[in-house]
Amino acid sequence: MLIAAALAVLSMGARPAAAVDLTMYYPVAVGGPVTKIIDDMVSRFEKDNPDIKVTAVYAGNYTDTMTKAMTAMKGGQPPQLSVLLSTDVFTLMDENAIVPIDGLVSDKAWFKEFYPAFMANGQIDGKTWSVPFQRSTIVLYWNKEAFREAGLDPEKAPASWDEMVEMSKKLVKKDGAGNTTRWGVEIPSTGYAYWMLQALAIENGQKMMNEPGNEVYLTAPKTVAALEYWVDLSRKHNVAPAGSIDWATLRTDFLEGKTAMMWHTTGNLTAVKDAAKFQFGVAMLPAKERRGSPTGGGNFYIFKSASPEQQKAAVKFIQWMTSPERAAEWSMKTGYVAVSSAAYKTPAMQEYAKGFPQATVARDQLEHAVPELSVHENGRIYKFVGDAVQAAVTGAQKPQEALAAAQQQADRVLRAYK
Amino acid sequence: MSDYAASSPIAPRRAGSQAWWNAVNAWLLLLPAAVLLIAFTHFPILATIRHSLFITRRNGTEVFVGLESYQAMVADPIFWRALVNNFWFALGTIPTSIALALVMAIWVNRNMRGRGFLRLAYFTPTVLPMIAVANIWLFFYTPDYGLLDQLRGLFGLAGWNWLGDPSTVMGCLIVMVIWKEAGFFMIFYLAALQQLSPDLDEAAAIEGATRWYIFRRITFPLLMPTTLFVAINAVINSFKLVDHLVIMTKGGPNNASTLLLYYIYEVAFTFQDSSYAATLTVVLLVLLSTLALIKFGYLDRRIHYQ
Repeated sequence: MLIAAALAVLSMGARPAAAVDLTMYYPVAVGGPVTKIIDDMVSRFEKDNPDIKVTAVYAGNYTDTMTKAMTAMKGGQPPQLSVLLSTDVFTLMDENAIVPIDGLVSDKAWFKEFYPAFMANGQIDGKTWSVPFQRSTIVLYWNKEAFREAGLDPEKAPASWDEMVEMSKKLVKKDGAGNTTRWGVEIPSTGYAYWMLQALAIENGQKMMNEPGNEVYLTAPKTVAALEYWVDLSRKHNVAPAGSIDWATLRTDFLEGKTAMMWHTTGNLTAVKDAAKFQFGVAMLPAKERRGSPTGGGNFYIFKSASPEQQKAAVKFIQWMTSPERAAEWSMKTGYVAVSSAAYKTPAMQEYAKGFPQATVARDQLEHAVPELSVHENGRIYKFVGDAVQAAVTGAQKPQEALAAAQQQADRVLRAYK
Repeated sequence: MSDYAASSPIAPRRAGSQAWWNAVNAWLLLLPAAVLLIAFTHFPILATIRHSLFITRRNGTEVFVGLESYQAMVADPIFWRALVNNFWFALGTIPTSIALALVMAIWVNRNMRGRGFLRLAYFTPTVLPMIAVANIWLFFYTPDYGLLDQLRGLFGLAGWNWLGDPSTVMGCLIVMVIWKEAGFFMIFYLAALQQLSPDLDEAAAIEGATRWYIFRRITFPLLMPTTLFVAINAVINSFKLVDHLVIMTKGGPNNASTLLLYYIYEVAFTFQDSSYAATLTVVLLVLLSTLALIKFGYLDRRIHYQ
């Protein structure tokens, strides 16, 4: 008894009585000092909540972070919460890794605060499995000076596919030897190629997957036409470089003036703003049949193996991180879309948007947005689609055959979930 | 030991217990190594083979499926692509890096000024961390701003998407790995060269043999054990490359740079499909053990001259 009491006193002396330790993995997929921003927010949360200690671990890009979380789980040392792709939800459910968050909060009104477009990926079978955090849509960045130089209206981005090709042709610049020094437009084909293809397919009026997440539509004529348009940018119109375009270096291409336009996540907005030595604009993606972009980015997930206290603390942390003021701050510091309309009503955000209207484009595009490609075994499916895109843009295969091969492989994997 | 030779009737039993005790002693001495070998080599191999015959359902139960995963593997185009890539990668890296290592070793084995510095320079790539190497070369290969394209620019040539083009990505990796491996293998050749007796060279020189003749008929044959050792290492390394691929290409574009071990990594950790990863691992295991058998069963006997 005495010893137990002594131990209790000792352990109380070492730490606050009910301190809860949380480990969180999070990814960085954009430029800028994101780890510093996260560390800063976490330390402020800890100051507000001395009974909770959060260890935020940067774990690479989205794929790496998912890999790390799943490997840690199988090794018996899972994190208590993580920021992972909103589309990882099926895989995490299949692996029995996460708990629905609605079971942990008493006030369900909280979920209503988020944009419904961002909640869509995380709500399955009437349960909310994840909460939006660093969410995005794809936007078109354009270099106003290049537009001026090419005799185009610097305030007007292309509104349609055809217009984007026409403008790009004028924007291509060559040196004396006939080598291209500036391309018209670049769409990244590594990292998140499925995401870009989905944007093109949506604009062409084609859905890429069904609701239960066990079918993909890669060989639908409109998906094929979407990839053909993408490939034609380099192979037919010569307004984009041949070969695959790297996700991570595309921002540098744009900032160095190697391309007049780029398709990229809005998550890069602040990094571009801080580094651009020229005026630039941000626009919704151009339309074919309609405007559109998939939503994208990461949600908070809570792991099943966390203790009830840890799960409660995790909810507290998530609520703190997604509160309007913090969501606005996060959006301003990175460019990600703030997850609730309340965030855009905060004075700080309103002031910011007044001076930098580009900050609200991705949010306005939500109206046209569609949930990101989310299916069972999404890691595998993303690889198949990414391989097909790369086969097509490098000229190894025609879009039709590349997508047919991907569809066949996807069907084989998804058969188990029907 | 003195009563071993005595004619006492208990002597044979004593001898027996002595032998028994020797055996126990030997096994006890072997035990630490044996435990490590079994725990970290033999058991994992058997577990992998077993695991490749099962599938783990999402709810955690294991189901015996026999050779089903092997059938899936035979039908998997990415597996074949990785295997073919690995073959070209091995062919591209091994002979060149060994030849280069030998030339470098002979070069820095001579008495000359700056020898220590040159040895250090050749060896530097080997001691750099893998990830740092990948990042350095990523900078070389980056389209337009990379070192290579800057050089091309001096001659008025357009930038080239080195790692984004399926026709060049493998070549780029091969060049990088040769750069990294040759210096490492050079160390072994250097050590071997210094073991060779100068008498042989002198004797041959007196006989009027040319330097090329001496190299061809004396030095090179005497270095054969080293060449074999280095070659085995090179083969193993050519199947071991993962880090550079993760940083530089992720196996792309369109699997043009996917090697077998990288594919195993991807299947095991990105796709969380451990049973298929086990199946692929068994293939890797069979490939490497076949090479080991060839080495021990055939090459060793032909190359060691004693």
